[in-house]
Amino acid sequence: MLSSHLPVLVIIIPLICAPLCILFRGKDQAFGIALLATWASFACACLITARVMTEGQISYELGGWPPPIGIEIRIDALNALILLIVSGIGSVVAPYSRNSLLLEYVEDRSSMFYSAFLLCLCGLMGVAVTGDAFNLFVFLEISSLSSYVLIALGFDRRALTASYQYLIMGTIGATFIVISIGLLYQATGTLNMADIAKRLPEHGYDRTVISAFAFMVIGAGLKIAIFPLHQWLPNAYTYAPSTVTAFLAATATKVSVYILLRFLFTVFGVHFSFEILPTAAPLLILAILAMFIPSIVACFQKNVKRVFAYSSVAQIGYMILGISFVSVTGLTAGILHLFNHALMKGALFLVLGCIFYRIGSCHIDRMAGIARRMPWTMAAFVGASLSLIGIPMTAGFISKWYLILAAYEKGWWYVTVLIVVSSLIAVIYVWRVIESAYFREPPDDLATVSEAPLSLLVPTWILVIGNVYFGIDTSLPVGLAELAAKSLMGVN
Amino acid sequence: MEHQVYIALAILLPLVGTIMIWMSGNRPNQREVVTIITAGLTFLCVLQLLPPVLAGEQPELIVAELMPGLSLAFKIEPLGMMFGLIASFLWIITSFYAIGYMRGHHEPNQTRFYMCFAIAISSALAIAFSGNMFTLFIAYEVLTLSTYPLVTHSQTDEARKAGRVYLGILMSTSIGLLMLGVIWTWAAAGTLDFTPGGILKGKIDDGLVIVLLFLYMYGIGKAALMPIHRWLPAAMVAPTPVSALLHAVAVVKAGVFTVLKVIIYIFGADFLTETGASVWLMCVAGATVLLASLVALTKDNLKARLAYSTISQLAYVVLAGALATSHSLVGGAMHIAMHAFGKITLFFCAGAIMVASHKTEISQMRGLGWKMPFTFAAFLIGALSVIGLPPLGGSWSKWYIALGAADADQLIFIAVLMISSLLNIAYLIPVFARGFFGPREEEEAQMAAGHGDHGGHGDADHGASAPVGSGKQIQEAPLFCLVPLWLTAIGCLALFVYADRLYNMLSPIVK
Repeated sequence: MLSSHLPVLVIIIPLICAPLCILFRGKDQAFGIALLATWASFACACLITARVMTEGQISYELGGWPPPIGIEIRIDALNALILLIVSGIGSVVAPYSRNSLLLEYVEDRSSMFYSAFLLCLCGLMGVAVTGDAFNLFVFLEISSLSSYVLIALGFDRRALTASYQYLIMGTIGATFIVISIGLLYQATGTLNMADIAKRLPEHGYDRTVISAFAFMVIGAGLKIAIFPLHQWLPNAYTYAPSTVTAFLAATATKVSVYILLRFLFTVFGVHFSFEILPTAAPLLILAILAMFIPSIVACFQKNVKRVFAYSSVAQIGYMILGISFVSVTGLTAGILHLFNHALMKGALFLVLGCIFYRIGSCHIDRMAGIARRMPWTMAAFVGASLSLIGIPMTAGFISKWYLILAAYEKGWWYVTVLIVVSSLIAVIYVWRVIESAYFREPPDDLATVSEAPLSLLVPTWILVIGNVYFGIDTSLPVGLAELAAKSLMGVN
Repeated sequence: MEHQVYIALAILLPLVGTIMIWMSGNRPNQREVVTIITAGLTFLCVLQLLPPVLAGEQPELIVAELMPGLSLAFKIEPLGMMFGLIASFLWIITSFYAIGYMRGHHEPNQTRFYMCFAIAISSALAIAFSGNMFTLFIAYEVLTLSTYPLVTHSQTDEARKAGRVYLGILMSTSIGLLMLGVIWTWAAAGTLDFTPGGILKGKIDDGLVIVLLFLYMYGIGKAALMPIHRWLPAAMVAPTPVSALLHAVAVVKAGVFTVLKVIIYIFGADFLTETGASVWLMCVAGATVLLASLVALTKDNLKARLAYSTISQLAYVVLAGALATSHSLVGGAMHIAMHAFGKITLFFCAGAIMVASHKTEISQMRGLGWKMPFTFAAFLIGALSVIGLPPLGGSWSKWYIALGAADADQLIFIAVLMISSLLNIAYLIPVFARGFFGPREEEEAQMAAGHGDHGGHGDADHGASAPVGSGKQIQEAPLFCLVPLWLTAIGCLALFVYADRLYNMLSPIVK
């Protein structure tokens, strides 16, 4: 019986557990609750995915009210994949947070942290499951507000300004999204996304709809951090606590990409988004700029966290590139990269958390020779970096493969060349770090540094092994991504 | 079934060895025993695969399917068999040599050295046995990454800089060009399996063949075609066993092996000659042969000279591939074996000289031959084989490549081969000659001090009874160095005598 309520359980569990963390106060209790809640929702997500893969799309009526009036939860392959990413990363990060936080916070704040963390998780998953446009906005705000709090908890006082910057940009983005949803409601008289999609062609594509479209693309673009709307991201990722950076980098932007995908392809429809309006070309150009400019900027950063923050902006470029192809292969590539990038960036930021835990800094010069003191940590770094570059047998290679394949299908030669050239820039910024950590003499004060504790290493390595595993057995992500891409493009 | 086990074992054993080497890191003797046993067992496994290949079978092993229709698969055909045999056999010899060299030279981080070495061999074998371009590409990247720590072994600034060049060139060409070529091939032909006769015929526009060939030939940076050869001289900062096995045999041969594989099994020799897409490649390869030889002439550092010689010799194989006639392809394949034995002997000698006398520059080696006669004699054998003179193996492969050039009516390349042989003589023989002629350095010093002696004569006397020099005296290299280099020198002779067997084994690749 319970299994029919899975689609709602996946968000209810973290939502209910969030206040419990505050009620129980003690940091151990809060940690325990958070851990159980994330693992439980991950289990739900796995069960849901299994059901989606066998039965196809799941529709759940909240409170038993049928769709046009009631709120619908609707899960297809794309939603399932996003659910898996968010809850999976959440359940890897949660056990990691305990030790990582010890250093970075005053103890009494940790119950607050877990409460905000669960709310953020709930919000992100809510966005991923709901079939209602206004609900989507509400969940997005839940996740955004809690992530402002999470970032502000950072060790460094600059975290406060970083969080404030994100707050401003994020609020503008969210406001644009809600304006767009309002305009759509005005045009079609419904908030159910499937319904809007059905009624839009009847309504016709007048100026209201076009403005709704523009607001949505820009709003989602701000939350995704599409170049050049990415200004908030490097600071936020750099100054947030390690756990938070890993979690947000792997999930928050992905969920925003989902919003863009859902609205462009399902709500507005391929015909309107790409045939009536020339959306593909600007997206393509922005994607290519994103692949290069932030990558080059990353090569000159001294703080390794910032290096990978810029790299995230660049990697988002690949996802947008996949979308801009407007083909099944292109979308498969984009969605696949969503999944793979979560794995690699999650792993990389967890590694940086391990290093921060031991030496209190992520500066590239402070990391000189650190591989000798922390061999397992740095081995994890190398593994995840190879995936980022796109070396075969890692997840990153598979996404590059599909991206290039999609570009070939379109016959866009220059794009294939740009993709490989930009991944070579990744070699440069990654190798600077590896060279410093492996082939430079460690300073004297590094002598006392030892390997990171197992509670940090195990989650890190789970993600690294995930990078390798999904580079070899690609059936799950590729299968889901392909299903999702086909349903978005409306082909079978 | 049994063959599949041997394929898996040949690739996995070195990896298992890596872990065992790591575990015995604190006990050098145990570590070296592990290396040698692993090398021996690996070679035995590869050897088990020889009879079925000679009988015309092609044992196959499919490990996993990464994407629909694209699998991690191994399939052994004669060309790969030969490369596998060479790499695994020379690994045993190099392991012995490495013990002598690394200990004689008191190198640090020896555990990391042996570990990376084993991974490199495993990936070289995976390249040799790969059943499709995709598997080959994966193994190719692993080989690049596993040899990077070997290049930067000494961790000096110079080594780090060389490492950057090494990784930069090999990575950027393989990701930037080769991967594009592979994916394009996949998109056009729908398969990446190595198929006799090629998979591209009729699948791709004739005019575009040239572009694709360019992507492949410059994507395979390990073949060191000019102007992307810079990584090879840079890699010479590595310890000599690395230069010997990896940068004269495994890595560079993996490059030209891939070139041949691509030409024979992806493009198809006939398709390439019909479209005439490889003419530019002949010219580039021919130019590389000559230019690299000329550069070699100018190098005083022995290892650098050998590196440029390697670049020139690799271009022979690429030239053979570009000619794409049945004689030239077999000749090119044979050249992989012949040059492997010749060049590894030369590198072993260079390393032995370095261990025994700490001399790296050719100009310092005057009269050294009298003190290290065995080393220098082996050097001569290796040099003659690389030059291509009978009775040494190198003569056969050059013969067949020249025949191929005649078949293809490209007579100018016969001239290129001849000029190159002359250049080889000009840069290799002086090394040997300097060892036995001309005054020794100490005597020069004596002469300068007024004791004026006749260089050439004096050497003969001193050679027998080593002079009581000031401080440390130079002797013949340690036995651990000497035996391996003589084994490979004898190998050069054996390859001359038994070349027909190699020819018969390889001839199916062009049928």
